[in-house]
Amino acid sequence: MTWALRDSWTVTLRDLGHWRRQPWGLVIGLAFPILLLLMFGFLLGGAIDVPGGYIEFLFPGMLAVTMAFGLETTMTTVSEDVQRGVTDRFRSLPMSRIAVLLGRATADMLASVVSLAVLLVAGLVIGWRIHEGVGNALVGVALLLLLRFAFLWVGIYLGLLFRGQGGVMAVQILVWPFVFLSNAFVPITTMPGWIQVLSAWNPITATVAATRELFGNGPATENAILLAVVWPVVLSVVFATLAVRRWTRLGR
Amino acid sequence: MAIRTTGLTRRYGETTVLDGLDLTVDAGTVHGLLGPNGAGKTTTVRILSTLLDPHGGTATVAGYDVVRQAAQVRRHVGLVGQHAAVDEILGGRDNLVMFGRLSHLGTRQARRRADALLEQFDLVDAAERPVSTYSGGMRRRLDLAAGLVLDPTVLLLDEPTTGLDPSGRREVWQSVRALVAGGTAVLLTTQYLEEVDQLASQVTVLNHGRVAAEGTPDALKASIGQDRLDVVVRDEADLPSAHSALRAVAQDAETDLDGRRVTATVTDRMAALTYVVRTLDDAGIVVDDVILRRPTLDEVFLHLTGSTKEAS
Ligand SMILES: Nc1ncnc2c1ncn2[C@@H]1O[C@H](COP(=O)(O)OP(=O)(O)O)[C@@H](O)[C@H]1O
Ligand SMILES: [Mg+2]
Repeated sequence: MTWALRDSWTVTLRDLGHWRRQPWGLVIGLAFPILLLLMFGFLLGGAIDVPGGYIEFLFPGMLAVTMAFGLETTMTTVSEDVQRGVTDRFRSLPMSRIAVLLGRATADMLASVVSLAVLLVAGLVIGWRIHEGVGNALVGVALLLLLRFAFLWVGIYLGLLFRGQGGVMAVQILVWPFVFLSNAFVPITTMPGWIQVLSAWNPITATVAATRELFGNGPATENAILLAVVWPVVLSVVFATLAVRRWTRLGR
Repeated sequence: MAIRTTGLTRRYGETTVLDGLDLTVDAGTVHGLLGPNGAGKTTTVRILSTLLDPHGGTATVAGYDVVRQAAQVRRHVGLVGQHAAVDEILGGRDNLVMFGRLSHLGTRQARRRADALLEQFDLVDAAERPVSTYSGGMRRRLDLAAGLVLDPTVLLLDEPTTGLDPSGRREVWQSVRALVAGGTAVLLTTQYLEEVDQLASQVTVLNHGRVAAEGTPDALKASIGQDRLDVVVRDEADLPSAHSALRAVAQDAETDLDGRRVTATVTDRMAALTYVVRTLDDAGIVVDDVILRRPTLDEVFLHLTGSTKEAS
């Protein structure tokens, strides 16, 4: 077990090394959600009427969407490592095998913590505020990271599944309707009937509703926090199992 | 015995890619695994390095079974895959230190080993540069170094010079020679006869997942290594005359069905060349080209297996 942890950390350090050498990689990763935030908040926001103002409404949604887009980052990294043979190199070493996945997970979670911190500052700058105390806000941040954790395993699984570029690109495109079919940008009640049903079941919706409640950026909804825990936990368990299974069977 | 496989079998879906491969590599030697694209070379290397499970037969590397003792195999076997498998963003030293740590050398020992390998493979000056700025030859050398972090008793090299220019190729050959001098056994896959000739003391020719021939490079060359003489006539109507002229110097003269070319294996190259050119000239046949050359790998395989190399 201690080797598993040490090896995981070594694999994580590899990513930290990437940050050190290509800091702009992180910056570009952050520029995207900030740009979306500004575009939606200031360009479209004027046309969207929600109680409390659109920036307050949008900001928790934007954070959750950034966590969801993390799926793409994880998947692309995993798939590239497989294609470039780096995964094979790891698998041919006498290291803990599971450490490759755990190290990936740790690195991506660390990156997400940094992104969230920067985004929160950006939010404060453009006028977003918390209204329910720091404790609740921290719980909201934890729920956002839990969502990232769930999508991380989805990303690892899909990255191991798709050997070619085709599958990776398909997911990169499908992520878009997936994040828009949620309450992140507009209230679900403004959507057509059957889309409301889809959006209500979107795990992003649960996290957004819960964080809005915890930040005081929107009304409390029934079971929002419970769902924001259950959804990611279920997704994590299912996809971590699938990913580990896929990983241990790469040689078959 | 560095490597021994018996009846090694592997399928992908319905296709049998390795069909009962028996392979023996002696300790401290370079063994060439020669075969065209799709012969099953990479599959063999992947099984021997525990990346892929065999579907039948057994394989031991450095004395350990690749299935039941996979962990020990990984500790004693170095792998250099077909494509350089190093981190492109990190520098050469960071890569080697990472692989050393992951091989459980401990950080200090991993650093020391990385420095020694950088020295050995002449990468000290480039140690801190991102690998993405390396030349093809440097990348290959770093990949070789990465395969040697644990000082393996057996090294698996999968087409180490494919895609390299001649100088890159020579660099890799030098490194391999130095390794063997140090006692490491090497299984080297390649598509190039020349490479086997340069490095290997034993060769196994693989075709469609089966052994097509084995022996020393010299023995192999003796069986297939005679020169080829090609004659290209201008007028297709002259093909029969060209054919009979070549038949006079070689038994196996063959007419290229859709071209204007006749090809034959010749033993006494100069005598054959002079004879054929003079005969055709006397008969007043216009010749576009006469080529005296070494056999191609295609012809080697034709010779060894009676079937042509399949495009893949
Ligand atoms: N992952 C795979 N899935 C399906 N077929 C494969 C896979 N890997 C290799 N093959 C097939 O197995 C055969 C042998 O491949 P390989 O061992 O890579 O040959 P070589 O290295 O000699 O070129 C080829 O026909 C190839 O198409
Ligand atoms: Mg190959």
